[in-house]
Amino acid sequence: MSSTEQRLEATEADLLERARQGDKEAFYNLVCPCERAVYIAAVTILNNSADAEEVAQEAVLKAFANLASFRGEAKFSTWLIQITINESRLKLRKDRRHLYESVDEQRAGDEGEYAPKDFADWREVPSEALQRRELREALKQAIARLPSMYREVLILRDVQQRSIQETAQILGLTEGSVKTRLLRARLQMRDALAPGIDGTWATGKAEYKKVRPF
Amino acid sequence: MKVIEISCIEVWREISNYIDGDIDAELRARMEAHFRVCAHCKAVIDGTRNVVKLVADGVEYALPDGFSQRLYDKLKDR
Repeated sequence: MSSTEQRLEATEADLLERARQGDKEAFYNLVCPCERAVYIAAVTILNNSADAEEVAQEAVLKAFANLASFRGEAKFSTWLIQITINESRLKLRKDRRHLYESVDEQRAGDEGEYAPKDFADWREVPSEALQRRELREALKQAIARLPSMYREVLILRDVQQRSIQETAQILGLTEGSVKTRLLRARLQMRDALAPGIDGTWATGKAEYKKVRPF
Repeated sequence: MKVIEISCIEVWREISNYIDGDIDAELRARMEAHFRVCAHCKAVIDGTRNVVKLVADGVEYALPDGFSQRLYDKLKDR
């Protein structure tokens, strides 16, 4: 049997048991399936690939050192991403470049209504649109510009397709708060993208025709 | 069935839950009746649904080359 097959056979519980006894190989096998999710959590908070990799490594080492405190109430991946998000936020706070963002965020609370900024009509997304690099870039930029409290929820829920319940668990929020933030995040994404889809990145195609009702 | 009218502000509040299918049948019927008569809210729901779909299908964050190996090495060296 190859080592890959052996890895597949080992259950998460087995790996955890071995990792708790200090088996780094077992721990690495636990981390492997969620390494991408860990990296995404870090890079979308930090907006910098080198910082994100460093924080992802720190988070994994921290998880290994604190494995005794993981009691299995959550999935291992949920727990690891919680640690990654906390480490990423700590790194942000240490980083003075983000002073202004944190000031802005204190003002952006959950209270009050968010009204859409315009009513550009945007009915169809042609499948080929997604193959366009500019659209992918515009999506990532719009995500990067969201206030972090909204960005974190959008990444976990809409990019990584986690449930409301798991998103709440990872972020330490109520499900109600997750839903409120998700609404804001999605509406702000639409505001950021709807005017652009037929404007700055126009293809000249009829699908992108914008109708302003007023 | 008589559908009770709903305001634009109430519709916006529920748009995300509507997309996730996380609302009851009565509210869904009220929102759908509203979308039939309100071009603004129809544009908002269509656009927001597009965003959710685009984000799900079109946003990828590539792992830096060698990420896994460096992570493994870091763990081993500790």
